[in-house]
Amino acid sequence: MAKITLSNLRHSYLPNPGGAEDYALKKIDLDWEDGGAYALLGPSGCGKSTLLNIISGLLTPSEGRILFDGRDVTDLPPDQRNIAQVFQFPVIYDTMTVRENLAFPLRNRGVAEPRIAERVAEIATMLEVQDMLDVRASHLSPDNKQKISMGRGLVRDDVNVVMFDEPLTVIDPHLKWKLRSKLKELHQRVRATMIYVTHDQTEALTFADQVVVMQDGEIVQIGTPVELFERPQHTFVGHFIGSPGMNVLPVTETGGKVTFEGHAIVLEGKITGANGNTELGIRPEFVALSDEGLPAHVRKVSDVGRHCVVEAMVGDTAVKAVVEGDVPGQGAAVHLNFRADQTRLYRDGWIATEMGT
Amino acid sequence: MKTENQKAWFFVLPVLLLVAFNALVPIMTVVNYSVQETFGNNVFFWQGLDWFEQILRSDRFQAALGRQFLFTFLILIIEVPLGIIIALSMPRKGIWVPVCLVTMALPMLIPWNVVGAMWNIFTLPKIGLLGYFLNDVLGIAYDMTQNPFAAWVTIITMDVWHWTSLVVLLSYAGLVSIPDAYYQAAKIDGASPWKVFRYIQLPKMKTVLTIAILLRFMDSFNIYTEPFVLTGGGPGNSTTLLSIDLVKIALGQFDLGPAAAMSLIYFAITLLVSWLFYTLMTKDDQQ
Repeated sequence: MAKITLSNLRHSYLPNPGGAEDYALKKIDLDWEDGGAYALLGPSGCGKSTLLNIISGLLTPSEGRILFDGRDVTDLPPDQRNIAQVFQFPVIYDTMTVRENLAFPLRNRGVAEPRIAERVAEIATMLEVQDMLDVRASHLSPDNKQKISMGRGLVRDDVNVVMFDEPLTVIDPHLKWKLRSKLKELHQRVRATMIYVTHDQTEALTFADQVVVMQDGEIVQIGTPVELFERPQHTFVGHFIGSPGMNVLPVTETGGKVTFEGHAIVLEGKITGANGNTELGIRPEFVALSDEGLPAHVRKVSDVGRHCVVEAMVGDTAVKAVVEGDVPGQGAAVHLNFRADQTRLYRDGWIATEMGT
Repeated sequence: MKTENQKAWFFVLPVLLLVAFNALVPIMTVVNYSVQETFGNNVFFWQGLDWFEQILRSDRFQAALGRQFLFTFLILIIEVPLGIIIALSMPRKGIWVPVCLVTMALPMLIPWNVVGAMWNIFTLPKIGLLGYFLNDVLGIAYDMTQNPFAAWVTIITMDVWHWTSLVVLLSYAGLVSIPDAYYQAAKIDGASPWKVFRYIQLPKMKTVLTIAILLRFMDSFNIYTEPFVLTGGGPGNSTTLLSIDLVKIALGQFDLGPAAAMSLIYFAITLLVSWLFYTLMTKDDQQ
């Protein structure tokens, strides 16, 4: 187990990268604390798999260093880094039994047979696959195969970090939550550093203590699920996390005052910076329907079960609100109220208000 | 609600007719010949299973069958490992892939009798390039028209040259279908190159290899044109394989009865070995 430090990391798949757009990863500086459960969240193509492959050693970064507990491992091959990786599609050795699959990484490292048997039994119990140890791995169902490939990662007790690259993609929906809670449980038991790559916010938020949100090869925000939800540092985070995502509304800023569709808006705190493209960010959860406030008319109401999502038009801009209880009908005239301490200004995408006191 | 009527027969009929005229009728003609004796003029005498007994007991048939098995065995143990090795060393990506694939496919595009003629001219002592080089430059006595061992070396080399590509192309198809994640996982698991081959590449190639071996077995067991053009079955009878012998009996001696019986035995052996091999290779998958 180790603390992993990424320092000044950049990577390009092109031989002679020119501008910033040639880089799949644009300058990453990041510490993964020992024993943490991290999620790397971002849309497809944002560079999260590239980052993962650099940590595991399958890729060598164009620039920058990777340190495990302060030791430079940038030029070490994957087998010398003592890491484990679980891939999108279950990778198992078809011709071996489950037992042989689990023992494989240990045998390759010349671990003594009694120790192997002990570890395999331990891991099998943890994964609840004891009764299938002597089955040929090719006969397993996809979720069990994925469990076995996880097991091959966990079987080494000196493993520095276990990485998961969208491991639930091929798993049936009703088994996903089972495997996900299994993962969480495993993390609590083995206390290894775990990095979970996904584009699914539910998976990221339920698994991780810390979520790293990436976009276009850059880290946009690192924080706990609550922080990401409550105070997105970037409109992308606000939009990407949450269902529905944060309302991002065009506003004009003049002399410290912000107006939206001609109405003055109260923000959470002081505005920072100047110029640039300004937007207002507020989560639908904090937009309330009331008797006074911004006049709007309802365009669409969708019932998502626990609550309704009301889409109301203020002027030409749609604003979403989460409403519990009675909802107005389509076309009804309503008034919207933004909760001031949850209303923030974003300048060129980045947050531009100070936290209120 | 299922409707039951006899309409389905009409749909099967065209296929039945096709199969009848391209398989059943010809085979039954051979069966017909195999149990009768004829002296021409369309006069036949019932002979029972005499021809089968005579063929199976004849030294000539047993010797040809032995040579046939030896030939097939030798080309298989050379072509299969060689094909896998070549497939493994071919590039997976880049501009060299089409170059390699086309180069590999070239020998297979050449008509069989041309292959025989090419190798004949190539290996003739004095005038052939290889024959001249071996005899007159390296001083190795090599004459495939006189020496049975040299004749065998030549037909085996020719078959390896002609058909290893088939094993290469099929193995290669199996290899490129392996996702990168397998190699990455193996790297992380600390697997040696041998273990990568043994536990990832070989299992993934198994299906295509089974087909490759099956095709090579059937083709080499029935081989006729190339050795016939190259050596004509000689020197003596040393490279007279089953099919060459069969043609000698059927068309050379015009012994239609024994030739028909021999064809059926030949067919039965090919079928039996193919079936046994295929059943053994696919047994694991059905467990």
